[in-house]
Amino acid sequence: MKKALIYICLIVMAITFLYPFFWMIMASLTPEKLIGSLTFIPDSFTFDNYLAMFGKIPIGRALLNSMFVSSVITLGVILIGAMVGYSLAKTRFKGRNFIFYLIIFTMTLPFQITLIPNYITIVKLGWVDQYTALIIPFLVNNFAILMFRQSFMSVPQALIDAARIDGCSEMRIIFQVLFPSIIPTIVTVGILTFMTTWNEVLWPLIVVRDEMVMTMPQLVTLFSVGGRADAQLGVKLASAVLLALPIMIAYSFFQKYFIQSMASSGIK
Amino acid sequence: MPYLLVSPYLIFFLVFVAFPVLFSFFLTFHKWNIISPMEYSGIDNYTRMFNDRLFWKSLRNTIWFLVIHIPLQIIFALGLAVFLNGKIKFKGLFRSVFFLPVIVSGVVVTIMWQQLYGFNGGVINQLLNSIGLGRVGWLTNPNMSMPSIAIMATWKNVGLYIILFLVGLQAVPAYYYEAAEIEGASSWQKLWYITIPAINPTIFMVIILSTIGGFSLFIEPYVMTGGGPLNSSLSSVLYIYKQAFEFYHMGYAATLGFAFAFIILIIIVIQKKYIEKKY
Repeated sequence: MKKALIYICLIVMAITFLYPFFWMIMASLTPEKLIGSLTFIPDSFTFDNYLAMFGKIPIGRALLNSMFVSSVITLGVILIGAMVGYSLAKTRFKGRNFIFYLIIFTMTLPFQITLIPNYITIVKLGWVDQYTALIIPFLVNNFAILMFRQSFMSVPQALIDAARIDGCSEMRIIFQVLFPSIIPTIVTVGILTFMTTWNEVLWPLIVVRDEMVMTMPQLVTLFSVGGRADAQLGVKLASAVLLALPIMIAYSFFQKYFIQSMASSGIK
Repeated sequence: MPYLLVSPYLIFFLVFVAFPVLFSFFLTFHKWNIISPMEYSGIDNYTRMFNDRLFWKSLRNTIWFLVIHIPLQIIFALGLAVFLNGKIKFKGLFRSVFFLPVIVSGVVVTIMWQQLYGFNGGVINQLLNSIGLGRVGWLTNPNMSMPSIAIMATWKNVGLYIILFLVGLQAVPAYYYEAAEIEGASSWQKLWYITIPAINPTIFMVIILSTIGGFSLFIEPYVMTGGGPLNSSLSSVLYIYKQAFEFYHMGYAATLGFAFAFIILIIIVIQKKYIEKKY
């Protein structure tokens, strides 16, 4: 009896979580006039909304921009995170603890303080409407550094000593000798970075005005608030579906890793 | 060699953390629209802020959001985590479904909910109307716009907190419950006297993360309501954004940034003091 109640609760909640996505996808395939009365499956399907969207905004270009920006940032965060994390975990130098506390301090600093001056820096560097503005400020990630530091600390020192005796450079030690043993950390950092940069909107809205450089969430946002959808609901929903699709496809393959990564980001 | 390895961090820290913090503080004493020369204005930005109705309004909106969002978040996340922690079939499937909104962009979630909240065509109102409760002005009634955003934010984030609570629940030793059962404790008593104290650190973390989230609200009001109606959903970041990038009041926007950051830190310190030590 009690068990049945729990199942009913869970199923009702699951429907609440799936229905909005289902409705959005169905509505994006419904002729404009019928969307208002749509609750479940439309009477007739159409791809008009998608075709109209491709004619109105450079969504394909935005998709490529997002792919490019998110991939470069993810790669950079992993490389730099591993380098800094390694030096904090396995090398000794003056100021090491100071840098560690600096990272902790930076993590607790609310972004509201740095938002305006960082925009001004970008303006002064002449990076407005450039990919550099979207990429460079995100290449160093405090959380990634701490994750790498933690996992390098559990790597046996003997492994590093042996590699040093063999004459390996520090770079080779990090990326060739140690990387295979910290793959879970690389996956976690990679998924989290890719997902957060893919979904980032505020920063692109501030530093990019040129449609050809815009990321996908930014373009969809401006399209849906700027009145360019001409009150065409179907087109707006089609752009939202297209924005959600890549990350949902990735999620359907790597669910377990997504959930584990996000859980570890909360726990720290 | 170690210095070479940490140098990317040091450069980043100087350019994107240390300099901005100092420069931002400097900006709070100036009037500047980026194009014309900077003008020293003393503490004008600060006095202006204290007399700015919209500053207080956005702060009130954020607090109002948190008052609704945090309890909802804890009740739903903890409830579902307790259910999923039992012997349940399809546990992984339920977990994946609840987690789905977490990974999707806030823009998508907002566009979706904007339609669900629609006054006439919205599915929620159609449902309410069909069971005789009438229609609610989710996004058109100034008293409802912030609660509507809070409900949506709960829906978006609850999956993450379910996972965090599940991790916490699995660390509670089973013999606590066994002992309580021998003493004849009810399910509610077990929840209240064992589960909640044991996962207090997780509850605290959820509160902190939600607080930071509340003060970071931007895309939700920006896309859904534009901060309206009557500024009833103007969030702190949206107000900073408007001052900086619609009116080009850089000095004033920097002042707002400092003020909100300061308020966040104070709220977190208070929460730390009163919630973390409660048990």
